[in-house]
Amino acid sequence: MKIGTPKEVFEGERRVAMTPESAGQLQKLGHDCLIEAGAGALSGFDDTAYEKAGVTVVKTAAALWQEADVLAKVRAPDDAEMGMLRADQTLISFFSPVADEAKMQAAAEKGATVVAMEMIPRISRAQKMDALSSMANIAGYRAVIEAGNNFGRFFTGQITAAGKVPPAKVLVVGAGVAGLAAIGTATSLGAITYAFDVRPEVAEQVESMGAEFVYLDFEEEQQDGSSSGGYASVSSPEFREAQLAKFRELAPDIDIVITTALIPNREAPELWTEDMVKAMKPGSVIVDLAAEKGGNCKLTVPDEKIVTENGVTIIGYTDFPSRMGAQASTLYSTNIRHLLTDLTPDKDGVINHNMDDDVIRGATIAHASDVTFPPPPPKIAAIAAAPKKEKAKELTVAEKKANEVAAFKAQTKSQVTLLAVGGAVLLAVGLVAPASFMQHFIVFVLSVFIGFQVIWGVAHSLHTPLMAVTNAISSIIILGALMQIGSGSALVIILAALSVFMCGINIFGGFLVTRRMLAMFQKS
Amino acid sequence: MDFGFTTAVYVVAAILFILSLGGLSGQESAKRAVWYGIVGMALAVAATLIGPGSGYWLLSIILIAGGGIIGYQLATKVQMTQMPELVAAMHSLVGLAAVFVGLIAHFEIGRVGGYLASGGDPKELGTFAALIAKKGAVEINILRVELFLGVFIGAVTFTGSVIAYGKLAGRVTSVAQKLPGGHVLNAGAAAISLLTLVWYFNTGGFLPLFIMTLCALFIGYHLIMGIGGADMPVVVSMLNSYSGWAAAAIGFSLGNDLLIVVGALVGSSGAILSYIMCKAMNRSFVSVILGGFGGPAGEQMAVEGEQIAIEADGVAQALNEADSVIIIPGYGMAVAQAQQAVSELVKKLRAQGKNVRFAIHPVAGRLPGHMNVLLAEAKVPYDIVMEMDEINEDFPKTDVVIVIGSNDIVNPAAQDDPNSPIAGMPVLECWKAKTVFVSKRGQGTGYSGIENPLFFKENTRMFYGDAKQSLDKLLPLIE
Repeated sequence: MKIGTPKEVFEGERRVAMTPESAGQLQKLGHDCLIEAGAGALSGFDDTAYEKAGVTVVKTAAALWQEADVLAKVRAPDDAEMGMLRADQTLISFFSPVADEAKMQAAAEKGATVVAMEMIPRISRAQKMDALSSMANIAGYRAVIEAGNNFGRFFTGQITAAGKVPPAKVLVVGAGVAGLAAIGTATSLGAITYAFDVRPEVAEQVESMGAEFVYLDFEEEQQDGSSSGGYASVSSPEFREAQLAKFRELAPDIDIVITTALIPNREAPELWTEDMVKAMKPGSVIVDLAAEKGGNCKLTVPDEKIVTENGVTIIGYTDFPSRMGAQASTLYSTNIRHLLTDLTPDKDGVINHNMDDDVIRGATIAHASDVTFPPPPPKIAAIAAAPKKEKAKELTVAEKKANEVAAFKAQTKSQVTLLAVGGAVLLAVGLVAPASFMQHFIVFVLSVFIGFQVIWGVAHSLHTPLMAVTNAISSIIILGALMQIGSGSALVIILAALSVFMCGINIFGGFLVTRRMLAMFQKS
Repeated sequence: MDFGFTTAVYVVAAILFILSLGGLSGQESAKRAVWYGIVGMALAVAATLIGPGSGYWLLSIILIAGGGIIGYQLATKVQMTQMPELVAAMHSLVGLAAVFVGLIAHFEIGRVGGYLASGGDPKELGTFAALIAKKGAVEINILRVELFLGVFIGAVTFTGSVIAYGKLAGRVTSVAQKLPGGHVLNAGAAAISLLTLVWYFNTGGFLPLFIMTLCALFIGYHLIMGIGGADMPVVVSMLNSYSGWAAAAIGFSLGNDLLIVVGALVGSSGAILSYIMCKAMNRSFVSVILGGFGGPAGEQMAVEGEQIAIEADGVAQALNEADSVIIIPGYGMAVAQAQQAVSELVKKLRAQGKNVRFAIHPVAGRLPGHMNVLLAEAKVPYDIVMEMDEINEDFPKTDVVIVIGSNDIVNPAAQDDPNSPIAGMPVLECWKAKTVFVSKRGQGTGYSGIENPLFFKENTRMFYGDAKQSLDKLLPLIE
């Protein structure tokens, strides 16, 4: 199959869906690669680099759309491109089935197949093709860099000869992929980073990145993300209130706010209100990664940087990944390459569009003249539901004491019962058994008792030597054989002699091997 | 010789035995403690020979010496990886000896009865026979029950240990196998044994004893055949316990307190070990002995993701960059004989100032404490070898975890999936570390036959291949 990548027509888009490196990998799958002249220029890949990688450079977009069987691009096609799409072609790009519904219908009517990158299901197997995540990662990183660019101070605290510099305080709202990337970047620049998310289960991830998770004083059970495919869902009004109250409390202290809160297929929730912006210090920066969906801050102007009256910069760019064209192209083209690997299971250059495959099915929005959106729910849950953890209740002192007393009583009870039963059994045996038996029986019971006491103290690491040594001493049975060997018939002598012999093996073998083992245990 | 003297020696020996077991609480005191055991045994044997022993001293000493030579050979030649086999084989000897001694006691009862009936003089009998001669009818009956029990336990121990030996040595398939009928056969054999006890109690004939011995031999064989390889730690410690109880039962029938004391010590020791092992697998003793994992309680979680393979250079790079490393060895390390290579690796890493430790799960290997002995043999210092409880909290602070040949003991399903067959089993939480490398031969499942979600985790990399060869490839790459 011929896989072609046209130059992006969207203004300011620097990314490209194929790099010389990904082209090399695609050729290994048996595909031929085409690229429109100059497609990679803005990301730093010139045509000669593509040619060197064995890619055919095609002069015009029209020729490329004409020639290619599979079109891989970044942005959803514009009307002109839609016009060039043919029935037997497969288009792989970002393609929102909601926002671009008309185009999706048109593509389906034409009979073309469309694979939408944002529809790749969020399951582990599909992570390598999850372009949303790889782009979000870049956006998170870039958001911190943009913030730093507009922030007049250091991120890290310093004590210099010219005075003390306090560290910047960064709050990241929404700890998805972009949020985590922002946290990582901010902490590695030395800022004190706080993070908030409505999904409490991400607290661990946040803390592992070196940020402090902002907990709410909120009673209602917070929904975890597992029921909604790993994404956040809409929260209750009470929860929202608690959340805003917390933010209001934090706002005067925070230098940089990075908001990344998005709910799939909805307008971005308003989390950073006007009064919070007003409460912030002059010179502070807000980066709103949700600008495209209306912004987490209502003052945000998409694609622009504004400065409010009280001197707070609000950045509403929507093209963060594109601003890092080379990096974004490398990652995006790798996502595409992985997707094509799954679409080419036999590595023979033939696309096998397997609609039974969860990942391919989920991402395909138009196929065989049908609109195939929305997909059926995947067969496997995106994220395993976390087992409900019973939170250990904080006990009051009185409760603790009561528990202790109860435990002590229970212990006493079980011990007394055990002793009573044991004593009764002993008595019962004593009633029927003759005295000579009872003498031995007492020895037996006491020995079992001692045995239990002693063995609990044995170190776990010495269990093998313990077995060897108990083996050796259980050969004490040799005493029985020795007592019997001389009495009676030939049969007795033979049996007793055999027993003595076997016990001899055991005694020597057991003790010697124990000694050998113990000698090996050396301290460092 | 005066019997009072013998008893005094027995008391000393019993105390020495208790001390020798108690000394195993620490590595250093253990080295001294084993001598207590040796001295105790020497005293006991010597006192018996010159005391209640009944002639044939020379023969006895020759036999002991002969056995000693074989024992010496075994003890010095055995590979540490073969320890489980050796222990099982030695249990079988104790079991068989118990059977023989019990049978002799039976013959002696018959002979003494006949002798007294024919008007013989009790004083001319041997020591053991004289002891019997003094007993009344009730006591003889009790004696019969005791020896019956001794023979029964001994016989179960004998065949059980032989099969356990076979499984551990790879001569018998380690897969759990049962004859058609399963545990009904065992129950049947046990019922027959019980019937023969009544029969024997009433008649004192040899036939019921013989039938029971056959039944017991069968039970031992069939019970252990039905238990799979990874449950061997429980089986071996259970047999250890049985050999002790057999000795105690024989001690009752011979009226010998030292036998009773030692038998009880060994029996309780084995019982505790079995308990610890069962607890470490979160399974009841009965379910282990009845064999096989029960079916899952419900739908198991689907394992999601893919196993990502890695080559030696990748592992080496991660190790070179790591500050703290934890190694989790399992039975696979013993199979691949990789402990020396592991030790080399540890030496190199420690030489670079890295914090390298081992995490040992109680049921790792085929014998309680098996991994500790293997590592000790490879000269790994014991103070960096940690128990599960000591180290489980340190995983989140660890850069690299290397899992060598273990599977179920590092399975997160035990904690995450309430329907997993191993749900609730304490496991080493290695997945909390930054990176986990799993050295494994292939993609197969563990002993319990369940998928291990650890292998599919994002921070896990699979280092496929024979453990020893993999490590040998890795070693030169560590700076």
